[in-house]
Amino acid sequence: MEVTTIQHKRCDVIKATGRVDSYTSPDLEKSMNTITEAGRYKIVFDMSEVDFMSSKGWWVLIETQKKCKRYKRGELILVNVKEEIRASLDLVGMGSYFKIFDDLTKAVGSF
Amino acid sequence: MFNQVKNTVTFPGRYDSLASISDFVGKAATEAGLDHKSVYAVLLAVDEACCNIIDHAYGGEGIGDVQCTVDVREGEITVILEDRGQPFNPEKVRAPNLNAPLDKVKSRGAGLFLIRKMMDKVHYESTPGFGNTLILQKRRS
Repeated sequence: MEVTTIQHKRCDVIKATGRVDSYTSPDLEKSMNTITEAGRYKIVFDMSEVDFMSSKGWWVLIETQKKCKRYKRGELILVNVKEEIRASLDLVGMGSYFKIFDDLTKAVGSF
Repeated sequence: MFNQVKNTVTFPGRYDSLASISDFVGKAATEAGLDHKSVYAVLLAVDEACCNIIDHAYGGEGIGDVQCTVDVREGEITVILEDRGQPFNPEKVRAPNLNAPLDKVKSRGAGLFLIRKMMDKVHYESTPGFGNTLILQKRRS
């Protein structure tokens, strides 16, 4: 898995590729924490190249969302979530914690 | 005529084994003729189960191995995961609260809940002094 982050004027866009599992999720967590610890809480997570995400990866997203939404200071938005990942996210009721967009530009523009 | 294939590979009980386990099981599930959605379901269930073995049966990484057997038949795969860790009874794990507000949501139990939802059959056995066996079965949908 590779994680890249781009800081925009309105928000930060973070992109991961490949598998997000118990082995790789600490890297994603670190990247998310770097953004929130810098006091930026408007984050778009581009998942177009994430092929697999276990529950460990979702908890990184849940914990980041908790931080972002605290004091209504921001939000973590997901983009281009593959159908099977989204289905498993919905199955455990976690899909309702995130706005999910199909278009990166629209997601960035929503802030 | 479809030939039944059975293969066993032993992996170190570490998180960096997860991708290799996924490759091994994914190849077998595809050979069984499962559709893309069902293959993903098997891979997710196996990943969650292996993490449970590492985290709960062994109590950490690098303590013991995970033996993975795939039994491939036409339109069906059975995955058998064996470990030598502490007994881990899935029946005792409470189901996650699926409607909890964001600030109250807790991680416990989601993996097991997913395993049950993703697979058609889930069977667990624990043999004192030997370890745990988890049998996961999925048919083509």
